[in-house]
Amino acid sequence: MELCQLTIHQAAQLLSRREISSFELTQAVLDCIREVEGKVRAFVTVTEDLALQQAKAADQRIKKGEATPLTGIPALIKDNICTKGVRTTCGSRMLENFIPPYDATVMEKLNACGIVMVGKANMDEFAMGSSTEHSAFSPTHNPWDLSRVPGGSSGGSAAAVAGHETIYALGSDTGGSIRQPAGFCNVVGLKLTYGRVSRYGLVAFASSLDQIGPLTKDVIDCALVTNVIAGYDPRDSTSVPYPVPDYTQSLVPDLHGLRLGVPREYLVSGMQKGVEEVMRSAISRLKELGAEIDWEVSLPHTPYALAAYYIIAPSEASANLARYDGVKYGFSASEAESMWDAMQRTKQFGFGPEVKRRIMLGTYALSAGYYDAYYLKAQKMRTLIRKEFDQAFEKFDALITPTSPTVPFKIGEKVDDPLQMYLSDVCTLPINIAGVPAISLPGGFADGLPVGMQIIGKPFSEETLLRIAFAYEQATDWHKRKPPI
Amino acid sequence: MKLSREMVQHIALLARLGLSEAELERFMEQLSNILENFETLQQVDTTNVEPTAQSIALENVLRDDETLPSLPAAEVLANAPSQEEGHFKVRAVLE
Repeated sequence: MELCQLTIHQAAQLLSRREISSFELTQAVLDCIREVEGKVRAFVTVTEDLALQQAKAADQRIKKGEATPLTGIPALIKDNICTKGVRTTCGSRMLENFIPPYDATVMEKLNACGIVMVGKANMDEFAMGSSTEHSAFSPTHNPWDLSRVPGGSSGGSAAAVAGHETIYALGSDTGGSIRQPAGFCNVVGLKLTYGRVSRYGLVAFASSLDQIGPLTKDVIDCALVTNVIAGYDPRDSTSVPYPVPDYTQSLVPDLHGLRLGVPREYLVSGMQKGVEEVMRSAISRLKELGAEIDWEVSLPHTPYALAAYYIIAPSEASANLARYDGVKYGFSASEAESMWDAMQRTKQFGFGPEVKRRIMLGTYALSAGYYDAYYLKAQKMRTLIRKEFDQAFEKFDALITPTSPTVPFKIGEKVDDPLQMYLSDVCTLPINIAGVPAISLPGGFADGLPVGMQIIGKPFSEETLLRIAFAYEQATDWHKRKPPI
Repeated sequence: MKLSREMVQHIALLARLGLSEAELERFMEQLSNILENFETLQQVDTTNVEPTAQSIALENVLRDDETLPSLPAAEVLANAPSQEEGHFKVRAVLE
């Protein structure tokens, strides 16, 4: 096997036995980037020099016996996570030349482990999108079929993990932006409970929904990265002061004693037949592994989650993105007659179409006369949706759904039809509204394309989700399939 | 619900977002479509339902009023489009 195809835990073992060096591993990953990046376009920035320098430092550390499981392992960071001294564009012209003067908390934690950062990942502009076609720089292509999207908004992160351009990646998830691309690219993606990971240094999109999380080649890797990034941070007042368990301890390949529900609203009309077939056989497999399955769960408010989400998220975005005024940092329109004119032109030429659409939608929903009908109504829907999940979790340890109603769609297929694009998040966004955790993992294939399985749990039940995902992964080999690039 | 041209212009002004004529036309149509689709929310009875702003509720978060190091001003200003003598430089606010 080529070195770039290793998982974190495989590489860490070879590194600790000194069979390979971090420098060799990093070279192998950089070679792979050179080979496939022209086709996949998962990166906004490749940080080759930094990576090789960090790899040398990691090798020194390993030599001294001070390695952690992530020391010397190449990683790709979504380009909305601030990296001190390394350009952080958010996939936008607005931040094309922005160099953060500080690290996000997750970066401080990864740096302390001896990260090797190979680059910054392409994404939909300001994380708004489901296909990575809304990047201001280039669409990313799905390694499983280059004519299809990798999902989004963490499409660069997911495509790079699938294409072996990195060993693992960080993404962010506001309405499915880790899980949907993970599902589309046949990798594992975890959105943790809201508040579990610090958002300090994550460029804000919708602050009450955003969470950073890992995209990895398997479930063990997912637990290893989660161990490092989870935890309280006084600089994010929404982060929770609960102790972080060792998530690898929950990886037990046995599901006896677990009750799993299949909410029927998620096997939606309009769902592709192939996706439904994969889900039915995956759920049967979970039953064989010892879980008790109930197919008759109902979460009746699910059909309203889409509208609630696309009011709440754009409303918060319209407030968060007001900061891009061309004064403090970022793009600034130089030709203008007045301060107001400069501000309007800065936003007009700095933002792309989807970001503008959401600023407009959010501003409308918050404006005088419409606040009650839209924003307040959506916030009340959030209460109902959360209650419904709470009630389901009184009976079930977790809920099983597809991650997306379809396999990856064609590039260009939905980019001019915002409502169709929004619908591709229909299975993932209720989870952010409720603030609960969910994982997507390779569930199977339909027509040669990956299908993600989503496992949803109650707040702070990441260990249960990882256990179920691990058991399924051990019983199948979908995650071992390699894309044809 | 159909958004008028004036309404779209008003929203853009509130957001301080400049729009071209083509964008204005496109948003009139697209935003109207999206909002029409969102009418479904009105089917749900939310009388006596409290709104939720944050899903994982925490009590007020307090900390001691201690001074911690700030980012060096020069590094913060390094990204500014225009600066002068340690300050962000802006256009005249008052004519």
